[in-house]
Amino acid sequence: MTAKFNLNTAVGVAILIALLLLPLYVELTGSRFLLTLFTRIVILSIAAVSLNLILGYGGMMSFGHAAYLGIGGYAVGILAFEGITSGFVQWPIALLVSALFALVIGALSLRTRGVYFIMITLAFAQMAYYIVAGLARYGGDDGLTIEKRSQFFQPLNLSNKTQFYYLCVTLLVASMYLVWRIVNSRFGMTIQGARSNDTRMRAIGFPTYRYKLVCFVIAGTLCGLAGALLANHTDFVSPAMMYWTRSGDLIIMVVLGGMGSIFGPLFGAVALLVLEEVLSGITEYWQIILGPLLLLVVLFARGGIDGLLGKVRRKVQHG
Amino acid sequence: MTLFIEQCLNGLQFGLLLFMLAAGLTLVFGIMDLVNLAHGSLYMLGAYFAATFAAWTGSFVLGAVMALGATLLVGMAVEVIAMRRLYGRDHLDHVLATFGLILFFDELVRLIWGAGGMSLPLPSWLNTSIRILPGVDYSAYKLSIIVVSLVVAAFLYWLVMRTRIGMLIRAGASNREMVGALGVNIKLLFTLVFGLGAALAGLAGLMQAPILTVQIGMGENILILAFVITVIGGIGSIRGAFVAAIMVGLIDTLGRAYFTDLLRLAFSKETAATAAPALSSMLIYLLMAIVLVMRPEGLFPASGK
Amino acid sequence: MGDLLRVESLAKRFGGIVATDDLTFGIPEGELLAVIGPNGAGKTTLIAQLSGQLVPDSGRIYFAGREITSVPMHARSALGLARSFQITSLFLDLSVLDNVALAVQAHAGHSFHFWRNARHEPELRDPARAALTRVGLGARADWPASALSHGEHRQLELAMALASGPRMLLLDEPMAGLGPEESARMVTTLRELKKELTILLVEHDMEAVFALADRIAVLVYGRLIASGKPEDIRSNPQVRDAYLGEQEAVHG
Repeated sequence: MTAKFNLNTAVGVAILIALLLLPLYVELTGSRFLLTLFTRIVILSIAAVSLNLILGYGGMMSFGHAAYLGIGGYAVGILAFEGITSGFVQWPIALLVSALFALVIGALSLRTRGVYFIMITLAFAQMAYYIVAGLARYGGDDGLTIEKRSQFFQPLNLSNKTQFYYLCVTLLVASMYLVWRIVNSRFGMTIQGARSNDTRMRAIGFPTYRYKLVCFVIAGTLCGLAGALLANHTDFVSPAMMYWTRSGDLIIMVVLGGMGSIFGPLFGAVALLVLEEVLSGITEYWQIILGPLLLLVVLFARGGIDGLLGKVRRKVQHG
Repeated sequence: MTLFIEQCLNGLQFGLLLFMLAAGLTLVFGIMDLVNLAHGSLYMLGAYFAATFAAWTGSFVLGAVMALGATLLVGMAVEVIAMRRLYGRDHLDHVLATFGLILFFDELVRLIWGAGGMSLPLPSWLNTSIRILPGVDYSAYKLSIIVVSLVVAAFLYWLVMRTRIGMLIRAGASNREMVGALGVNIKLLFTLVFGLGAALAGLAGLMQAPILTVQIGMGENILILAFVITVIGGIGSIRGAFVAAIMVGLIDTLGRAYFTDLLRLAFSKETAATAAPALSSMLIYLLMAIVLVMRPEGLFPASGK
Repeated sequence: MGDLLRVESLAKRFGGIVATDDLTFGIPEGELLAVIGPNGAGKTTLIAQLSGQLVPDSGRIYFAGREITSVPMHARSALGLARSFQITSLFLDLSVLDNVALAVQAHAGHSFHFWRNARHEPELRDPARAALTRVGLGARADWPASALSHGEHRQLELAMALASGPRMLLLDEPMAGLGPEESARMVTTLRELKKELTILLVEHDMEAVFALADRIAVLVYGRLIASGKPEDIRSNPQVRDAYLGEQEAVHG
């Protein structure tokens, strides 16, 4: 497991470096569109990192994770609408509300397992979707425009696209590091053990429910942060952010990238969103390719990109 | 009062429609242990096929029958090409793979039929009302949906309870390996069951087409409800799906109808209009959450598991 | 001095089947009690009730003087009562050392530590390695658990039970599926462990049973039909008829 780290880590670090250098490239070529695209990629990578924590490492297949994108986003949106534009107020509230939702949803959902867990997380996410869609004051189905981005102290200005991009990249690196420390700690070993064999964990003395719940809350909170970032990025929030098919997109990213690996979610988000861009340039019906591609990945490349890199490394070493 | 009866009938009709969708889902889930998110896509195809064939042939009924056949064929093709490789795998794999199928079908429909959706007009002989009670007129078409659904439900009951195939289905729901060991051609059985589920989904899709919608993404919207019904009723249980579907149909319809009025007592017209459908949808999810927490196997579990 | 483990009037049924029928016995500290009986005698059900996986219908269980009848599974292991499983139930996607380290971690207080790398903590890794060495798996520590042979899985099972530093072990057919060489090795390991631990051993392998047991209890249809020293059990006519008779017929 330590040797495998090398190629995957190398590629992962290379991607991070490329992300850091992107604004320079944009300066040189004037391709502002790339900056917008990659800001979105970075933000969704953070969401994927949070999902990987519970899905990849914890084995908890939550089909309602996009709800936290919406919750974090709407916290920022609603507060901005009501005149509270300070990021120092908005963002902690976004995190807090996400954490509370995750606590309640997790507490109830984690009493179930397997497909029931999938369904109940899905149901709760849909409930959140309907709550938000039913709020006429905040736009309902049409969504809510955010007139002013979250305000922090000067010189940090989120309306400056480059500054905002670097903030997102910093938060991405920080969240990846955080997750890395968590999964290798005693807490992380408990979560991984519970994924591997929950019955055995309880038999040897771990009350696994409480650990899974805490993990669920951490993941939800982190995704809420991504939601706050997304709201600022698009200057707009709508219930569509939390529709269950968005949760599906996040799951695709995590699986495509390689579950239960540190760089997996980064690989997955970059691959999926870049693929989306490239394919939609070729044909407007690109999802016709994406759909079967996903099916093939599930059938033949279950370990995702991270798994494939591992195979390549082994082939090179022994081949 | 007549309005209430009408709304109850609407709820019943909606519930029966949902039953047909959920029945296929719960069968496939219960017998092949397959989580099929693309079930909604078959529902969508049923509607699109019906709209297309009805326009070609000029006959609503002929279009409907052809659509049913077409959906059945597509369903069986999907089973042979894709689903077969998923049996026995993790549910996560099913979810991912069938999610990919949703993307594929949505885009395929957009490619063939365009993004605009279609319409399926009712023939004049169905586009009337029938006096079912003194002072109560109800849409003839909606009545026919109720009748057809009940006939299908009765057929399913007879099939599952009274025939050899039904016995195999019930046995398969509680013990897959045994049925295989008995020398039954499992592959064929699974293809047929999946095909039956597809046909039911297609039937639901084509029946609702004239009164609700024919558009891309319609499958995703209603799929959740179908899953909720499956879970509430108990996975693998047709009876459970029936009861749960009626419950959900009534709650949803009556909720939408009366919540608006209720909320208008306290809130503005606009607020009430936006909040009412949200509230009635939430109620359904709340119901599922309660059932899952208190009785995880569902109201009428298919025993064995 | 009382028994370390005491069972009184334990009973459990599954529908019409009586799995445990008014069972009463005790095991003093330091003893190895072997529980034998034909298939379906309720031996695994007994272990499940002793470890907390199943709740008995009636009766009581005492461990170290304290009643544990309704104490949950994870708490019993904290009290010093550890169990191994008949069907291998390991963390197959983790390394051998990770498996045992988890068992150690379970008894090292709570696990709400989010920062330190658990794989570099000597408080967890050292006792884990020690347990692995005790059962003869020291060299395999860094292998993925899925790469071990069946016999090595049984040894790993044992190491995990030991990792929690228990006073007593409940062993459910540790010899299951082992060849003659592996069985002999397991017997040697158990003989060593006997010196420090109290053991309840459920087994079918009669050679192992007679090599290790201080006392033997015979279970038929959930009921204790005999218990005593190995020589006495061997010559007990009831036991011969019910159980050993068929065994001897098979093994000659």
